[in-house]
Formats: sequence, C-alpha cells, structure tokens
Amino acid sequence: MTVSVIQFGGSNCDRDTVQALAHLDIDAELVWHEDGLPADTSGVVIPGGFSYGDYLRAGAMAARSPIMDDVRDAAESGTPVLGICNGAQIGCESSLTPGAFTTNESARFQCERVNLRVENADTPWTDHFEDGDVVEFPIAHGEGRYEVDDDRLEQLEADDRVLFRYCDADGEVTPEANPNGSKHSVAGVLGERDSVAVLMPHPERVALPDIGHTDGQGVLRAFGE
Amino acid sequence: MTAYTATVEVRLKHGVLDPEAETTGRALERLDFELEGLRAADLFEVDLDDESAEAAHERATEMAERLLANPTIHDYEVTVEER
Repeated sequence: MTVSVIQFGGSNCDRDTVQALAHLDIDAELVWHEDGLPADTSGVVIPGGFSYGDYLRAGAMAARSPIMDDVRDAAESGTPVLGICNGAQIGCESSLTPGAFTTNESARFQCERVNLRVENADTPWTDHFEDGDVVEFPIAHGEGRYEVDDDRLEQLEADDRVLFRYCDADGEVTPEANPNGSKHSVAGVLGERDSVAVLMPHPERVALPDIGHTDGQGVLRAFGE
Repeated sequence: MTAYTATVEVRLKHGVLDPEAETTGRALERLDFELEGLRAADLFEVDLDDESAEAAHERATEMAERLLANPTIHDYEVTVEER
C-alpha cells in the first residue's frame, strides 16, 4: 500500500511531497506519468510544478494524459486523491473537481505565505483541524484564481465542498487577504467524493519541523488513515 | 473527402476577469493610445479533411469542448472554410 506521487515533466514538488509523507510514516513513491498507476496504489498526489510547459492552460495537457484515466478510476473507487498547485489545476481541468484555476488578478506569479481558514473540518483532509481554524501555507503560482459560475459556487458552498478560504491572521475572509482574486476567496475544493480534493497552497512545504511550520501535516495525514 | 480549415476562437466568458487583457490595455494607454476596453482571445486553425462542412464543424466543436476551451470559463466559436 503506497501513495503514488505522479511526476510529469516539470513537476517540482514531487520529491518534497514524498519526503513530507515519509516524515509522517506514510509510504510513498514517485510514479512517472507514462508508467501508469501501480496496482497497489493506496492514494494519489498530483504535485505542484509545471506540466507540458503549461501550454494552452496550466494543467490542460496533463489532464488529458493517459495516467489521468487511472487517477479517475482510482478516485471513483474511493482512493484518496489530492491535487496541489499545478496538481489542483490538473484536477479541475480533468473534472475531478469543479471550477478552474486561472490567471491571478495581479497577472503576476506570486510566492508568499498565506493564511487559510478551514471551512469544513469533516473531511479526510481537514479532520485534524477544527472548523474556522487558521493555518499558514505558502502559495507559489501565477494561475491560482478560482473561477466557477455563480450558481455552481452557491451549490458547492451549500454542499460544504469548499475546503479552505484565504483569510487574514484572525480568520476574517477579506479582499485584502485574498492573494489572487479567487471567487469567494476559495483556495481549495472537494470533488464529488470528499476523498478527492485540490488546493493551490502547498501543505507539503510546511510539513517538516525543520522548515519551522507544520500546519501542512494535517492535510497529508489523510493518506495515513 | 474535402479539405477544410476549422477556426476555433476561444475567449473568456463575459464577466470573467482577464488580468492579461487589462495589463495589455494599460500598456497601450501608456503608449498614449485611447481605448474604452480590450479583450483577448485565442485562435486555433485546424486543417482537417471530412465528408462535409457540417461534419468538420462537429469535429472541431468536439475539439473545443474537450481541450481547446475550458467550458467553465470560456465561450468558443467555430467556423469552417474550404481549404
């Protein structure tokens, strides 16, 4: 039983993710996308970085690559699937999760620490937190602005499928605390099952004590349950 | 079979913020151009052979649906001409 961390050409948070999972005693291995998902895959991470040069739209090409058929099958059978950053873009492009992540309001690449409010602590990704907890993760993206039509967003909110929102240090969701112009400050959402999730901020970058922050461990622990 | 070129124009849906277009518009204003607005779009020209213009249109539309556009944020328009 091993978590598969998928490597596309240009993935660059793959090793960080394996290291973070190993720190939590969760067995994980890198899987080259052309090799397909191993049969004993117990979880899937689509990591951050870039894929196929992010041609057309970030994540668009990777979302149509053959390994994503395996990932969809795994997701449908209840295997936990987490998309981080470019992996989140791939998740939305492949319809594993609703909406789209597109160009930041600033039109710039942004690399900074942000505060996130836990919107639904009753999921595998957040059950180490409480509703309303504020966690600090880094972001590093140029295309992280969450877009979805108003009706769909209303439905997602009604169904408690928003996982995290950008907020200030006190947990207030304000325009100033929204780093990229995401609609309703959405930073992460669930797929149709709560075992599938995507988020733009990087939990794997705040999972090792040496880094100084370990808030990200809570998200990654989903793979150990 | 007839040779066609299908042109697929992909643009952001009305109301979806386009920071790149806004930045481009501001750059034009810095060059002393006056403008009321600016929208950007992607244009794809796909050469294909098919039985009829309708069939070519249908194929190009499916290409737009499945890859060239993201229906969550984009509208698209397909036109077909003989090549």
